[in-house]
Amino acid sequence: MGILVHEDFRFIVQGITGREALNFTRECLNYGSKIIGGVTPGRGGREVYGVKVYDTVREITEQTRVDGSVITVPYQFAPDAAFEAIEAGIKEIIIITEGIQRKSAVEIIEFARQHGARVIGPNCLGVITPGVCRFGSLGGPADDCKRAFGAGCVGVMSRSGGMTTEISNALTLSGLGISTSVSIGGDPVVGSSYSDLMPLFEADEQTKAVVIYSEPGGPMEAQLAQWSKDNNSRLPIVAFVSGRFMDDMPGVSFGHAGTVVHRKVDSPAEKIRAMRAAGIAVADEIGDIPKLVKERIEAKGG
Amino acid sequence: MAMFIRIDLKEDAIAEAGAAAKLIEVCPVKIFAAGADDKSVSIIDDNVDECTLCDLCMEASPKGVKVVKLYEE
Amino acid sequence: MRFYEYESKKILAKYGIPFPKGGVAKTAEEAKNLAADLGGKVVVKAMVLTSSLTDRGTVREANGPDEAAKATEELLALKVGALTPVSVLVEEQVEVERELALQVTYDGVAKLPVMIASDVPRKNLDDVADDTPDRVKRRHFSTLHPMRAQTFRCKELVRSLGLGGSDLNRMTQVVSKLADAMLEYDLTVAEINALGQTKDGKFIALDVNMDMEEEGRFRQGALLEEFGIPMTETRGVRGEPTPMEREAQAIDADDPRGLISPFVEFDGNMGLVIGAGGGSLTIFDAVTRHGGKPANYAAIGGNPSVKKAQRLAKLVLSKEGVDKIAVMSNVVSNTRADLVARGVIKGVLELGLEPKEVITIFRCPGAWEADAFKILEKYGVDYCDRSVSLSEAAKRAVAKVQG
Ligand code: SF4
Repeated sequence: MGILVHEDFRFIVQGITGREALNFTRECLNYGSKIIGGVTPGRGGREVYGVKVYDTVREITEQTRVDGSVITVPYQFAPDAAFEAIEAGIKEIIIITEGIQRKSAVEIIEFARQHGARVIGPNCLGVITPGVCRFGSLGGPADDCKRAFGAGCVGVMSRSGGMTTEISNALTLSGLGISTSVSIGGDPVVGSSYSDLMPLFEADEQTKAVVIYSEPGGPMEAQLAQWSKDNNSRLPIVAFVSGRFMDDMPGVSFGHAGTVVHRKVDSPAEKIRAMRAAGIAVADEIGDIPKLVKERIEAKGG
Repeated sequence: MAMFIRIDLKEDAIAEAGAAAKLIEVCPVKIFAAGADDKSVSIIDDNVDECTLCDLCMEASPKGVKVVKLYEE
Repeated sequence: MRFYEYESKKILAKYGIPFPKGGVAKTAEEAKNLAADLGGKVVVKAMVLTSSLTDRGTVREANGPDEAAKATEELLALKVGALTPVSVLVEEQVEVERELALQVTYDGVAKLPVMIASDVPRKNLDDVADDTPDRVKRRHFSTLHPMRAQTFRCKELVRSLGLGGSDLNRMTQVVSKLADAMLEYDLTVAEINALGQTKDGKFIALDVNMDMEEEGRFRQGALLEEFGIPMTETRGVRGEPTPMEREAQAIDADDPRGLISPFVEFDGNMGLVIGAGGGSLTIFDAVTRHGGKPANYAAIGGNPSVKKAQRLAKLVLSKEGVDKIAVMSNVVSNTRADLVARGVIKGVLELGLEPKEVITIFRCPGAWEADAFKILEKYGVDYCDRSVSLSEAAKRAVAKVQG
């Protein structure tokens, strides 16, 4: 099963004629995803790899059911594009665009909440349920994507798009495989945090464990630790925290915009402490993750 | 200049298919520029190694353009 | 991007939030003159960036111009982290009856902006909230409505702090204006860490602190120009960027395709071309864990052009004492391994060096790796695929550098 997407998930790409969008549109189609239209204002009437391009989202939603949209427009236009998709009734929105103003990101998330839509990102790559649907640019070329994301029992959530693939790949090589991998985005404020998506994994029978990749900065790990304490989850969680070298460098950002550490609770050391205290396993080396997941699943009697 | 990619053009095929403008438009890394007249294109050498191998030029003019990977030769 | 307090106060001025009279002095002499003009007691504040948003270094009280000059001399000689103060802010000392604290920022959990007020001033509000949660009040607000349509939220916050009568209305205005300022100027935090109330009931911002999101630089050109802040001024707490870091910024600015930033220079001898965002953090950790001494941190992401990767490789190799680089990445999906391979090899060759000598390892599996492997084979560069973990690859590269 997996989460967020399904066999018949139909989505559109906003900003489909851009350089990156062209790339991943082709790769999603090769993967077998159902891209049923694209939008670039002023380019309506064209076709991209057999996908029709429209000027507005409504031209598509008025003819057919659209489950999701991938937004890749330049940051200045991203809020408008997201509002357009949400108001047209689309419920799953992935925002790949980087560098969106914090205020705009919050506007989009607020607007989505009011309309019962969900936002993943900004500054993310999207979602893959192996063999079922690829929704976004996660995983690269279709063939690579199939290699890195094999079907299995582990849910992955990552603040880094690249590390989503790296970790999914390691889990696939280990034989555990992936239920759904979600690149949740590297910005300080993103639409869906770990604990927002945990209930979905909890409800998914295929998922037997969850792996999260985390970074310095932000409250998301503390929030997950709290969630973990409050909900007696059936799922073991294994975390990896990168950027430990930044523990000595408060106030500095190295990775994503979200990585700057302003407060004690934002630091890798403190995140590790909080998560371990909540019963979350934290891997010291990235290569240790599959082994830890196996141990934890066994411990839970899976 | 270019070490990794070579673009082979057949001028008459491009002109015949009227593909010049299309080539300039589709290439995401601006390898094609306007040629001597509006029926032909020139190659911007400095951009050739940026080629993303997206094939859009070859789709636009299957007979007129060939993208060669020099590292495969 | 951090603002100095005198700049933050210029933002307050735009919204009509009062603050003490004063000015900026770069020398003791200037401070003396300022103090003389202001008359009476003054406060002298060191203008320096610190890692903590709230603690901005040192403050001295001075009675008259001579004391102000002496205080300035002391403050300008301070060493705060990697930095020394650029100037001092000399302000009149305002008599107040009480002080409060006020902050607007984003709450990443609620995904909303939030206004926070406390009757404990001049402290880090997070610490106050940890120690005495009942003395810190919060109210979320909306980014979808202008402040004039949600002044009631400011009012509710102020009421929850126990204020009534004209105090309530006056402070509500301050909160609402501060929130306006945050939204308008891409601030991540706008804080009046000491909001004084004078005998006649007026509020005055004594201690102010603002931080703008880094991306705001591109959108707030007019403000930065007004403040005389050049685009290249980084305002990092690590101090001014090195020439190499500046060059990396220039390379990034020249070409919008992909990113090679952040780029940070370190003391080691191992050049790193690594990526992307999260991968870089993980790889840097792995390199240091295995005993490597990085010469730099560099994240390649967003599918950089060949030219960008080429210039990055050249830049890293231009550093004194660096004659080997490691090109490592997580499994890439957007950034293309073949374009990175083209770029770094081209860069190395342009320096007249041998790719197979200089590149200790190329571990960049993923998008277009088959093409990348062909390129690397042609030039004899040692590479590995995804079956080699990042930690393993880092270990191999470190071993080669250390010979
Ligand atoms: S393959 Fe794509 S990038 Fe290369 S020349 Fe043709 S259109 Fe341009």
